[in-house]
Amino acid sequence: MKKQSLPELQKICSQLRRDVLRMVHAVQSGHPGAPLGCAEYFVALYFDQLHHNPDFQMNGKGEDLFFLSNGHLSAGWYSVLARSGYFPVAELKTFRKLNSRLQGHPATHEHLPGIRIASGSLGQGLSVALGVAQTKKLDKDPSIVHVLMGDGELQEGQVWEAAMYAAHYGMDNVIATVDYNGQQIDGPTEKIMDLKNLKAKWEAFGWEVIETKEGNDLAAVLAGLEKAKSLTGKGKPILNLLYTEMGYGVDFMVGTHKWHGSPPNDEQLSLALGQLEETDGDY
Amino acid sequence: MSLDLKYTYTEKKDTRSGFGDGFLEAGRKNPNVVGLCADLIGSLKMGDFQKEFPDRFFQTGIAEANMIGLAAGMALGGKIPFAGTFANFATGRVYDQIRQSVAYSDKNVKICASHAGLTLGEDGATHQILEDLGMMKMLPHMTVINPCDYNQTKAATLAIAEFEGPVYLRFGRPSWPIFTPANQKFEIGKAWKMIDGKDVTIFATGHLVWEAVVAEAMLREEGIHAEVINVHTIKPLDTEAILDSVKKTGCAVSAEEHQLNGGLGDSIAQTLIRHNPAPLEYVGVNDSFGESGTPTQLLEKYGLNAENIVKAAKRALARK
Repeated sequence: MKKQSLPELQKICSQLRRDVLRMVHAVQSGHPGAPLGCAEYFVALYFDQLHHNPDFQMNGKGEDLFFLSNGHLSAGWYSVLARSGYFPVAELKTFRKLNSRLQGHPATHEHLPGIRIASGSLGQGLSVALGVAQTKKLDKDPSIVHVLMGDGELQEGQVWEAAMYAAHYGMDNVIATVDYNGQQIDGPTEKIMDLKNLKAKWEAFGWEVIETKEGNDLAAVLAGLEKAKSLTGKGKPILNLLYTEMGYGVDFMVGTHKWHGSPPNDEQLSLALGQLEETDGDY
Repeated sequence: MSLDLKYTYTEKKDTRSGFGDGFLEAGRKNPNVVGLCADLIGSLKMGDFQKEFPDRFFQTGIAEANMIGLAAGMALGGKIPFAGTFANFATGRVYDQIRQSVAYSDKNVKICASHAGLTLGEDGATHQILEDLGMMKMLPHMTVINPCDYNQTKAATLAIAEFEGPVYLRFGRPSWPIFTPANQKFEIGKAWKMIDGKDVTIFATGHLVWEAVVAEAMLREEGIHAEVINVHTIKPLDTEAILDSVKKTGCAVSAEEHQLNGGLGDSIAQTLIRHNPAPLEYVGVNDSFGESGTPTQLLEKYGLNAENIVKAAKRALARK
């Protein structure tokens, strides 16, 4: 895929946000907040960072791979997959509907190109990413495995089992990104179950930690991912703490957990879309 | 014992060793076979594989959830992972990981579960899982296998390596008679009629197949001719073999080292109710946890040995 300029990529972010809002609005269900906050990350990965092939192969040999551990960001993932050529953009309109390949949470069962494992029950994606990364090491495949987790998701114990494994086995072909938006479904993470010093925690587990403080600034996200890539192959797994704002891009949705799992109504949708340019054609 | 047994043995061995030896052989046959174990390599008999193929073996530490996720990732990358731990930790502890990352995602992961059932013995009820077959058979896509002795476990291990799809393979700890042939062909999903009979069918799985063989000889002394069928594959169930046999005998007994709720007996009952209602008596654990003791003591106390199979067969016959 030809690399695109920053303004071009920014336009895709706007379109992704429109897709997410229209998708959850159409079925009046789904999770708009977090994928709005991760638009820059998704676009940076799929349109710039990943060496990948939209002619989908399950085993992903020779490709960089991405796993979405926090599966409720499905609307954002589906949008970026469609916009980068994995399946027709028009299929986004089937999101969460009966007989759709675009299940509420990502699944392989319906054979949607781009999805390699089901996610939704939290805490499992890092383990899966490490498994395939281990396979790449066995096969002398130098490509990189990315995984995105939510910050609230880090409350799951399995994540820390996986964190220990990754450092023990020197999984330096893995870049795990944490969507550090400080929100979870019941409220701010620090009130629900305080994550305390995440950087220190991951470092103590033996990871190389970088911080991307401006997670909704595309240039910063790209720079963070570049830096993460430059740290691969040095014996340690890499953690990218991506500071984002849930609901970013829509003034009345930003920075609150209220839009974690609630769709906009007709009026709210039109208000929100008014703030986001249609750049690549709505589905 | 002066019983006229249709199958005899000269050696006893644990089924987990059958797994370990089969696993090593599978590894020699196919370089894509890899292993994972959560700090029970010795107990699972995975050490020979680890020694011969250190690069293809992954000690995960005491972290079963992560092990299942790793195995799913390795499977999607094209490997054939065998993930081993005690049956309790291989199912109950990681049910959600198996459900989402393995079964729903249709990943070619082999879940290898040792120390299943009461015959684990002295460790007691915390480790004696009696619900694992039920949990695993309920999962769509999952194949569930419970072989009866060392030879059959080894053959099953080799067979699942060549089978595409998630498998739950259950075996155990105790030294147990080796009464089936070495180098047997193992057909997943095909029940094996070990003894022909006409009066009652005994459907047995796992360690209790041996108890069924003993029970058959005991029944024969009383003039009752039991058919013994080794149902090593719980799922997919060989319904044809079940229906053919019960059509002939008219009644049946199921025997398993498992809870009655959700076990092999339930699957057989479902089959009979749908196609040929006939008396069925259950031998299994009746809604109870186990306890410490020797395997023999436990099978006796919880009503799972040959004598109990004989009694159940007579109850079934009386209901014909």
